[in-house]
Amino acid sequence: MNFSGLINEFGPLTVAGLAQGAIIALFALGYTLVYGVLRLINFAHSEVFLVGTYACLIAWGWFGLDQNSAAPDLGAMLGYMALGLVVAIVASGLVALLVELVAYRPLRRRNAPPLAFLITAIGASLAISETVGVLTHRVQRGVPPIIQAKTVITIGNTHITNLQILIVVLALVMMFVLDRFINGSRLGRGIRAVAQSPDSAALMGVNKSRVISLVFLLGGLMAGIAAVMYDLKIGVTKYDAGFLLGIDAFTAAVLGGIGNLRGALVGGLLLGVLQNYAAGLFGSSWLHGAAFVLLVLILMFRPTGLLGESLGRARA
Amino acid sequence: MLLELDNISLAYGRIQALHGISLTVGQGEIVALIGANGAGKSTTMRAISGLRPVSQGSIKFDGKDITRLRADLRVVRGVSQSPEGRGIFPGMSVRENLEMGAYTRRVRAEIDEDLERVFGLFPRMKEREKQSGGTLSGGEQQMLAVGRALMSRPKLLLLDEPSMGLAPMLIQQIFDIIVEINQQGTTILLVEQNAQQALSRAHRAYVLETGRIVKAGTGAELLHDPAVKDAYLGVA
Repeated sequence: MNFSGLINEFGPLTVAGLAQGAIIALFALGYTLVYGVLRLINFAHSEVFLVGTYACLIAWGWFGLDQNSAAPDLGAMLGYMALGLVVAIVASGLVALLVELVAYRPLRRRNAPPLAFLITAIGASLAISETVGVLTHRVQRGVPPIIQAKTVITIGNTHITNLQILIVVLALVMMFVLDRFINGSRLGRGIRAVAQSPDSAALMGVNKSRVISLVFLLGGLMAGIAAVMYDLKIGVTKYDAGFLLGIDAFTAAVLGGIGNLRGALVGGLLLGVLQNYAAGLFGSSWLHGAAFVLLVLILMFRPTGLLGESLGRARA
Repeated sequence: MLLELDNISLAYGRIQALHGISLTVGQGEIVALIGANGAGKSTTMRAISGLRPVSQGSIKFDGKDITRLRADLRVVRGVSQSPEGRGIFPGMSVRENLEMGAYTRRVRAEIDEDLERVFGLFPRMKEREKQSGGTLSGGEQQMLAVGRALMSRPKLLLLDEPSMGLAPMLIQQIFDIIVEINQQGTTILLVEQNAQQALSRAHRAYVLETGRIVKAGTGAELLHDPAVKDAYLGVA
């Protein structure tokens, strides 16, 4: 164990962990939203994210950008960012809606048992990631340098880049917007009503199918943003990118308390930071393993996660 | 007739809960449905509000067939239910619960007017306005469920056991309020274990036994019917 390494690198590890955690948190929202309303773990959500990572690359490709392109100037950079985000959000949102419509809605009509949904979720996930795998020949694809990461703040040995700031700020802003929507709007109140008592919600005139579509869509939108940030941060994507980060995102959702929106944020940031500390302490190959040990420990003592309330119980 | 059930049957899996129920509720009436536990009272309510699909028969509301209509669309037509077990949204405040009752309505001024009306009927709800639904006592939750059901401005109000779990003094009070709501122009179908109260307040009533209607009449008739007295009123 390398304690001095952890102590010396505490600042840089924390910053890297927050940026990683912010992406995980946005990704985790999709699991938590759907679980809150349907008590269903939508394993296909990882592929909703995956499609987003490719969608923005395709959009940038329309303008001849690839990994070897020169970095754009500020104006073009903002334009490309906006384009990439919009295309990824639309693509991920549509895939999320499609998964609901094709994979889950027919089962719901037939009152299928929960196990059937779980199998279908895994099936839908594999079907999408394998399709992407075949289409891309299982070769990773590089990301054009839309944003050149450069240090903008230095505190001691901690260097914070413009990209890290962008990722964390964007995640916080999206969290805030989503929170206001769920807790402050009429549709958001409908979502909470279905989460708390589906039958009562129907008796109030809430269209349950529409609420379900809406939560899938919201989760997809957030995953689309996470996907663009992931591309810019990591620099490559691959057909299994959704699966790998999806496990982290699902872990974060459980860690924070699945069904709880703020829990997804807390769980995501915490997981990102702890993974980086574990990497500093035991070496980077322990990044995933150590986080899972922690997850198991936390769940042993707090099975409902850190914030431990459901979306349904979250107060306005 | 505002509501007509014609030969309704309903099953939970293999268990047949209702065997060909027919009943009517006229405009402006209070109609009571009494019977023992498991007789099918709440199931009948669920069939009317659309929470459970019927396997046979038809439901007509306000002259139109609603047998296959989704529950949320029946609310728009004017059917509102205060369900068995109250169905309060525990994580929402009293006010949010009431606002949920007006989910299908858009005119803010009218919703505010109805909030005031509910607060007038149940002053306790005004005091508890900001408290979350899950922290209310059983009696308060009951008032909230009835008040919430009123918030859609229903033509027909379905009340499932409104006196359940209430102290005797409160039971008197909630039935007074039910009569008051009715006098303000809302038609009411009432399911009750408390047959004494229900029959003395209702214009007409039906007696349910194991999924069938075995008796019908005015409230007063059934109140004095020897068989009903014997079975449901606890006096020989």
